[in-house]
Amino acid sequence: MRTATKGMLAGLGLMLASSTSVLAQELTIFWAEWDPANYLQELVNQYEAETGVKVTVETTPWSDFQTKAFTEFNAQGSAYDLIVGDSQWLGAASEAGHYVDLTDFVKENGVLDKMAPATVKFYSEYPGNSGKYWSIPAEGDAVGWSYRKDWFEDPTEMANFKAKYGYDLAPPATWQQLMDIAEFFYRPDATPPKYGVAIYTDNSYDAMAMGFENALFSYGGELGDMATYKVEGIINSPKAVAALDAYKKLYSFTPPGWAKTFFVEDNQAITENLAAMSMNYFAFFPALINEASNPNAKVTGFFANPAGPDGDQYAALGGQGISVVSYSQNKEEAMKFLKWFIQDDVQQKWADLGGYTCSAKVLESEAFRKATPYNEAFYQTMFKVKDFWAVPEYAELLTQLNQRIYPAVVGGEGTSQETLDALAADWKATFAKYGRGG
Amino acid sequence: MLNNMITSLDPQSRAAARGWSDITIRNVFVIPTVLFLIVFNVFPLIYSLGFSFTDFRASTKDPANFVGLKNYMDLLSDPFIWRNFTITAHYVIVSVAGQVVVGFGLALLLNRSFPLKGLVTTLLLLPMMLSMAVVGLFWKLLYDPNFGIINFALGLGKFEWLANPDFALYAVALTDIWMWSPFVMLLSLAGLSAVPKHLYEAASIDRASRLYTFFRITLPLVAPILLIAIIFRTMEAFKTFDLAFVMSGQPTTEVVSIRLYKMAFQEWQTGKSCALAYIVLIMVLCITNVYVKYLNKAKER
Repeated sequence: MRTATKGMLAGLGLMLASSTSVLAQELTIFWAEWDPANYLQELVNQYEAETGVKVTVETTPWSDFQTKAFTEFNAQGSAYDLIVGDSQWLGAASEAGHYVDLTDFVKENGVLDKMAPATVKFYSEYPGNSGKYWSIPAEGDAVGWSYRKDWFEDPTEMANFKAKYGYDLAPPATWQQLMDIAEFFYRPDATPPKYGVAIYTDNSYDAMAMGFENALFSYGGELGDMATYKVEGIINSPKAVAALDAYKKLYSFTPPGWAKTFFVEDNQAITENLAAMSMNYFAFFPALINEASNPNAKVTGFFANPAGPDGDQYAALGGQGISVVSYSQNKEEAMKFLKWFIQDDVQQKWADLGGYTCSAKVLESEAFRKATPYNEAFYQTMFKVKDFWAVPEYAELLTQLNQRIYPAVVGGEGTSQETLDALAADWKATFAKYGRGG
Repeated sequence: MLNNMITSLDPQSRAAARGWSDITIRNVFVIPTVLFLIVFNVFPLIYSLGFSFTDFRASTKDPANFVGLKNYMDLLSDPFIWRNFTITAHYVIVSVAGQVVVGFGLALLLNRSFPLKGLVTTLLLLPMMLSMAVVGLFWKLLYDPNFGIINFALGLGKFEWLANPDFALYAVALTDIWMWSPFVMLLSLAGLSAVPKHLYEAASIDRASRLYTFFRITLPLVAPILLIAIIFRTMEAFKTFDLAFVMSGQPTTEVVSIRLYKMAFQEWQTGKSCALAYIVLIMVLCITNVYVKYLNKAKER
């Protein structure tokens, strides 16, 4: 009897010991449901082959990515070891202690030298210029443009365009040209109808902000002073007002029903012959060069966000960094994974699979820049990106922007000055509420 | 013999002899139910009421600071919240009025004998048995300007239902009417079948017109049950989330529940969203009380 008891206890002990070791060899990365997540799963399969540690990329639709992630954080759940979180989450997630401080890791492993400076600044550092890092740049992304090369290169269209605007029809180098071309191709009464441009108008998360920022930053405007949180006179400056006027004008050249559109619809504008040009994140461009998903793949071209009237040329930042979740039971293993992930050869594989590496070395290589029709535009863009507020209350700021900008762009309500004055007042009150700024 | 024995026992022993005693029933059914209600209903209700007076944000580890009535004052002075309430009120009026008209109309049609009446009634009840999210997605396809059957059937070309800020709310309300009119129909049918036949016979002998019969006999007698349907549908329509969330996303369809969801789970303004939830609760209670007052009057008649 005693022997049987001993045997049972030994078995139980062995079972517990073995189950612990099995758990330690598994990592779960949480990300949104899109192609880059599939590429990441392919990449981490190689990590499993090399180390025996199984890594699973768990995904959820974009629409509930933020809610699901923060619900898990707030519950201090250990379901995810790493998370590829949006750049504007940095403040909320780091101040609340949801992310592990990676400052030492970043410095010890030379992340600052390995990754493109803008990506480290916007995906990893919080507060800005603090030297504190909370993630490793994972998926670089920004907003760029696709266009119909066949429409642009049609001799009749080229001649008509030159006759009307006095310069050659080509991918726009300035926002003024962008608006001219959008106006030129806007033909709702043609058979089949054609439209000038597809832009972001969705008001539910950050689409409207990302879309408007492309005009704002290139027109020389700013969201506010990121160091002092001063917004009055900045978000409603004459340059910002001109940018909103330009965005409103672009909206008038969009296809019908373009009142709530984001990345899916903007790709459809090209695949379904709706618009001459379309704004979208570079991460969604692979679908446009795939003939299976885009019948116009061979005649689709790409360009970087054009310059504004004073030559400023910036784009809204997308993309995400990868962070270690504070409540993970496998933090050490997660750190080992990050160490593997930032290696040059792994970053090269990441780029080869279709992921948008942030590795400066890979980005600058000729091979990368020529690998796809849009990589050159992506390379150019990633060195001139700007981002939305990354403060913990970013979601409130987004809501306020949507509440002010959306009716102005889609409904034509009020003047741009009135809209941005009201937004400045909203943001000022919000920053005051959270004790930011003077 | 056994019956005599049982009736001679005291109540406790009598119950015990029949099966479970009152004490057992209390222990097995009543106490767990009360505990369940306290844990899952009463406690969260009180807990969230407490949060509504704080600046608590669930996304941070900061403690909840007492801010008194600030959340309520801020919400009640926020023009965007009032716009959400206005949209909600608009939606409730259009949706409930539509359901009452369609539902009661269907009930009047079905309140007679005809072949396959049972099958027709069952088929008409199908919409309300579907999930709200599924109905929302289904109607989104029906409204699609490119391949939706509604524009094709009505010859509306590329008319935008859900993308048009002026029509989106009506499009969502129309879907709600399609889905929940059968509920009003079902209750109305029950009310109509309870109207004594002799009243109609008397009206017929008196050669009363159909309109007179409807307004003097049918409607007053069905009114109490119709009011119950209106109470239920008003409360539900006031809390609408799924349909508007799935089908549209326009600011013009942002009913107060959607705003509440965004405030609570996207902006993580936990304390403020609790206050908004209480404002909604108070409003629903007030509206319901008005209805109940009318219901009691209708019953007295």
